[in-house]
Amino acid sequence: MKQLLLGNKAIARGLWEAGVKYVSSYPGTPSTEITEEVAEFSEVYAEWAPNEKVALESAMGASLAGARAFTAMKHVGLNVAADPLFTSAYTGVNGGLVICVADDPAMHSSQNEQDSRHYARAAKLPMLEPSDSEECRDFTCLAYELSEAFDTPVLLRTCTRVAHSQSLVELHERADLPLKEYKKDPSKYVMNPGFGYKRHFVVEDRLKKLKEYSENSPLNFEEINDTSVGYVCSGTCYEYIKEAIPGASVFKVGMSFPMPLEKIRAFAAKVDKLIVVEELDGVFEAEIRAAGIRVDGGKDIFGCIGELSQSKIRAALGLSLPESAEFDQPLPARPPVMCAGCPHRGVFYVLSKLKLTVTGDIGCYTLGAAAPLSAVDSVLCMGASIGMLHGFNTVRPEASGKTVAVIGDSTFLHSGITGLTDIAYNRSISTVLILDNSITGMTGHQQNPATGLTLKLKEVPPVSLEKVCEAVGIKRVRSVDAGNLKEIETALREELAAEEPSVIICRKPCQLLKYVKPKPALSVDADKCRGCKSCMRIGCPAVKFASGKAEIDSAQCVGCGLCSQMCAFGAIGEGKHE
Amino acid sequence: MSNSIMIVGVGGQGTLLASRLIGHVLIEKGFDVKLSEVHGMSQRGGSVVTYVKYGDKVFSPIVGEGEADFILSFEAIEGARYLKMLKKDGLLITNTAQIYPITVITGQQEYPTEPIDALKDKCRVADVDALKLARACGSDKAQNTVLLGVLSRYMPEIALESWLSAIEQLVKPKFVELNKKAFLEGRNA
Repeated sequence: MKQLLLGNKAIARGLWEAGVKYVSSYPGTPSTEITEEVAEFSEVYAEWAPNEKVALESAMGASLAGARAFTAMKHVGLNVAADPLFTSAYTGVNGGLVICVADDPAMHSSQNEQDSRHYARAAKLPMLEPSDSEECRDFTCLAYELSEAFDTPVLLRTCTRVAHSQSLVELHERADLPLKEYKKDPSKYVMNPGFGYKRHFVVEDRLKKLKEYSENSPLNFEEINDTSVGYVCSGTCYEYIKEAIPGASVFKVGMSFPMPLEKIRAFAAKVDKLIVVEELDGVFEAEIRAAGIRVDGGKDIFGCIGELSQSKIRAALGLSLPESAEFDQPLPARPPVMCAGCPHRGVFYVLSKLKLTVTGDIGCYTLGAAAPLSAVDSVLCMGASIGMLHGFNTVRPEASGKTVAVIGDSTFLHSGITGLTDIAYNRSISTVLILDNSITGMTGHQQNPATGLTLKLKEVPPVSLEKVCEAVGIKRVRSVDAGNLKEIETALREELAAEEPSVIICRKPCQLLKYVKPKPALSVDADKCRGCKSCMRIGCPAVKFASGKAEIDSAQCVGCGLCSQMCAFGAIGEGKHE
Repeated sequence: MSNSIMIVGVGGQGTLLASRLIGHVLIEKGFDVKLSEVHGMSQRGGSVVTYVKYGDKVFSPIVGEGEADFILSFEAIEGARYLKMLKKDGLLITNTAQIYPITVITGQQEYPTEPIDALKDKCRVADVDALKLARACGSDKAQNTVLLGVLSRYMPEIALESWLSAIEQLVKPKFVELNKKAFLEGRNA
């Protein structure tokens, strides 16, 4: 019987069925669940690596040793892994290697909208693009056959609506494959200039063969119906077109690099007009045009920003939409917010109170940029907070006492250590705050090297953040309770005044962790409350203001006590107040 | 042709479980089904949307403008936010319980007065105080199954036993009885 599976879970199923033995990834929305789900299979070794580059390198090692190997990452994760990626095209593989990259058009949980299809072209690696969960499973299995047949890593590209949609999947059994033989072969695996130059010829020759495969592959197919317009699409856009314009002629691209341009040329000849429907950049359109095939519409109609949908496609094509009503009163925006009891809130309150310049980073604590805390000045990429702080303070030394970097525990281990080494080595007078909430939070609670547990929940010695900081050359390293406003402020004032690099580790576990038991909800003594709104300044979703007094929502409050530290009149405390 | 249900609410309210329960009963009934969810940053107390599509054959996993047969709104104004996705003769099922967004808490924006009355001028509405009913069952968290119970009244093609068995299979054993009770409270409200 078919099962309803999340796209990511279907990929995990495909990995298991394809006999994959090794999976290493760093969490990143919308790719995270693949690795979590595959870890449920006892036959598959699965781990969280400190970052995507290490994950891909270790998967390359497992492939070299003869196993089918895998890594998954979000689109920006592939930037981190780009160094091994490009040269992996030269070495090829021993056991099959598949790299899943999950794009996030519309930026549901990302810092940019980059289009990973460019990577396939730049790194000269084949790319498959599933449209639904069934294809996620099928294409994953097929990707291993291609990887081994053509001796190349294969890119599997999804996007949020494929990764995080559920549809029906037929399940199959696992192919149990022995390790392939490992033979030392420096001419294939040692990429020095001499060997590498020769391998470049292999890469170009392989691309020609892959192109031939793409032209004949059932992954790329046409559906001829109404021939007035033919639509070329891939991935989720295929699903949108099928629904937006039932009965249209469609060319579905399942293997999106190398593209089946001759097949598309034949399709174009059968329709009056050819329109390319793709999210983000005009990658297909440019290649189709460059092949001398007439294109009658593409990015000029749909633009290159955000997601498409059946409605957006119809609207862009000037077709009618079903009638519907609209709410005519203004509605307040509901942006994401730090949870009640979040250990990051107090830190950002103090940063805001001291009017510091804050270089921020990627994680839940990016939310420190939102009002009313508005405490963050920059967010760029994983680890950038520290490097940016160093550059900022170096050219503006007078800012040293008023500028800090803020980075989470998992992000610090991902790519903050090298930035901190730069500070220690080149001696900028910089203060870095590591927010250690004992988990990788934003992506939904993944273990990391500092938590003391692996993906499969094996206990291991945790990385000591203090010792790492000391080892790279930071002498002033201290830790504070992230739930104690006074302690945070004192530490900040002292470290910012010091004439040398320093690190403050702000510790308190994420309030959503299962082992963190909420304390009883606090409440406001209306007689003592002066209505000064001090408690509102921390931006807690559980603290409201009504009829001139503060109120605490007992359903949300977890008793963290931050608001009571804000109150100068002792009006907030445990127990019921009338 | 496919049918569409849109579940909207506030991150952390359990919209994902609701969509998975609906998906489960629809598959059992033999429909092709697609669900679409959003994970990550938007789950942190922001406005969240989950789609359920079903029919003989479903293509797009998401719901477009004017396509939803039902909007199941976990919070009083979230349904209003997505009203234009509702079919002309569709039904908006909404919780009357309010959760103030941070923009209202901090005084930057105002929460509309009587949003549900305003909705009733625009479309068919079934409203329920899911918070009150869930709390009476023993947990605020069961608001999702209360609302599902209300929806079940309008999906006569699905038998009561299917819903209850879905809860038994998808909810953690410890919370099955609580959620069944909450579901029935919603169904009979």
